[in-house]
Amino acid sequence: MNHWIIAPVVLPAVMASIITLTVRFHPQLQRIFSLASCGALLAIALGLTAVAATGSIEVYELGNWPAPFGIVLVLDRLSALMVLITAALALVVLLYAIGSGWDQRGNNFHALFQFQLMGIFGAFLTGDAFNLFVFFEVLLIASYGLMIHGGGQRRLRAGVQYVIYNLLGSTLFLFALGTLYAVTGTLNMADLAERAAEIPVGESGLLRVGAVLLLLVFAIKAALLPLHFWLPETYAEAPAPVAALFAIMTKVGAYAILRMYTLVFGPEHDATADIIPPLILFAALVTLAVGMIGILGARRLGRLAAFAAIASMGTLLIAISGFRPETTAAAIYYMIHSTFAGALLFLVVDLVRSQRGEARGAMTPAPRMPQHGIIAALFFASAIASAGMPPLSGFIGKLLIMDAVRDMPEVWLIWSVILVTSLIGILGFAQAGSAIFWKTTTPEPVPEDADAAPVAATPTPALPLVASFTMLAGIIALSVFAGPVTHYTEATADQIHTPSGYINAVLGQR
Amino acid sequence: MEMLLASAIGALSAAGIYLMLRLRSFPVIIGISLLSYAVNLFLFATGRLAVNAPPVLRDGVETYTDPLPQALVLTAIVISFGMTAVIVIMALGSYLSSRSDTVNITRDTPAEQEGDA
Repeated sequence: MNHWIIAPVVLPAVMASIITLTVRFHPQLQRIFSLASCGALLAIALGLTAVAATGSIEVYELGNWPAPFGIVLVLDRLSALMVLITAALALVVLLYAIGSGWDQRGNNFHALFQFQLMGIFGAFLTGDAFNLFVFFEVLLIASYGLMIHGGGQRRLRAGVQYVIYNLLGSTLFLFALGTLYAVTGTLNMADLAERAAEIPVGESGLLRVGAVLLLLVFAIKAALLPLHFWLPETYAEAPAPVAALFAIMTKVGAYAILRMYTLVFGPEHDATADIIPPLILFAALVTLAVGMIGILGARRLGRLAAFAAIASMGTLLIAISGFRPETTAAAIYYMIHSTFAGALLFLVVDLVRSQRGEARGAMTPAPRMPQHGIIAALFFASAIASAGMPPLSGFIGKLLIMDAVRDMPEVWLIWSVILVTSLIGILGFAQAGSAIFWKTTTPEPVPEDADAAPVAATPTPALPLVASFTMLAGIIALSVFAGPVTHYTEATADQIHTPSGYINAVLGQR
Repeated sequence: MEMLLASAIGALSAAGIYLMLRLRSFPVIIGISLLSYAVNLFLFATGRLAVNAPPVLRDGVETYTDPLPQALVLTAIVISFGMTAVIVIMALGSYLSSRSDTVNITRDTPAEQEGDA
């Protein structure tokens, strides 16, 4: 048994405890521990991905209880890739949080950050549906703390909405799991897959109810319309590094959909195959349209970035709804891209906000920023990535998706929605960019008495810029090495579309 | 027995959803608690209802009740307890800072200094 599989869950849990219990009053030590943890996690994630890239499916039985009686963690290509994306994102976001001083604007940022990572890694690695619920709760409760980090009236009120919405989602999750348990008598995903396949179509009423309830839960996480209401306010109000980390949270929902609806309720199951994919497809098309129109309609940068996140989830879920190897491969490529592009956009928005004085993120004329050129270039690059224009990976991702859906009956609808909404998105980004970076005002001459002078916006220190450019470098690398990455995603898609491999790995050869 | 439990789950869920739709923090929190009671009862019932049957292996016993839902309910209770504590504190903080207990964010809520709305 490969014990490294549990490391991404245990390491952040231990680090978070150390940070809260022993170095609580030492900000510098907290930073060092947090950075060390994220660096180690990235190294572990690279190692795990190298193991998974050989095509083997590794199973870790907690407490050495054999499946399906005990809880298992499963490492396959998909979960290894998600762990790697999360680890890379976390390290860059943490650098930004430290460089910009966000981590010192409240207590316990680093501990919550580590707990959040623990929940996310656990959700990606677990092979048990109830354990998935538990890890969802771990990542949610840490995200509640991170969301209101720094405090403030409006952020608290947005936080309350976010918590209430997700508590409802958790309750729904339990109802769904209860229904599935009542029908199948198991919650181990591999075992669920076997038992669900044995239920005849005529008697599968409750199973279908469970499957759709579960889809609703994951749709809340993935911000699929009409369950996306929590996202714009939450992402716009959350501290910037937290919003950037949340870029992976919506992907947790997408990952769960991909996992459950290929493994347990796969396209070969007659009971659910005719309801799940159309539901996801049409909701995703509307999500994409609303997200892009939201970009065009946003009057503040925070909401623009939030709607860009919604739009990218729409594009991603369109590809997922195909549920065939070629669409899944495209979806996974787009998932990597949209995580980094979404996070970069939130970081750039924060750079803009911190340098524009009173105007903050509003799209109104304001004095030139101290580092006007460099930030404008970053915004330009992240807008290109988010809108899906060449030469960055957003374009490649959309191209892959449009190519992959060619055999689907709804191909014309999908193509027209993706192309038209891309145009709307480009317009929205262009409008925002020109309002913020071109229409600058000349600052009023500073009066003689220094006390009355407005506080000049200070230039950003180097570290946040380095973090943002690292993120951009990741996106460029994803575009340049699109070939090798696509090979990996194709192998991943093949692996998750042959669920027998997963089931045999977990339950043993029978 | 089944009828009693089913109607209890139904009544709790209905009351919980009604209270949540009031959109004031106190009724919403009570509503969430009622919903979590409903889901706990529901989880408990998913292992079938068996009266006077032990959940653990014992000599000379033929009928057992399913122990797994009981473990699941225990986990769910602990999690919902923690979550209720979090939402109470956050709702309190939100009320004390904005002097309003409505869940909706209205237009006159001022934009945050650090964030942007």
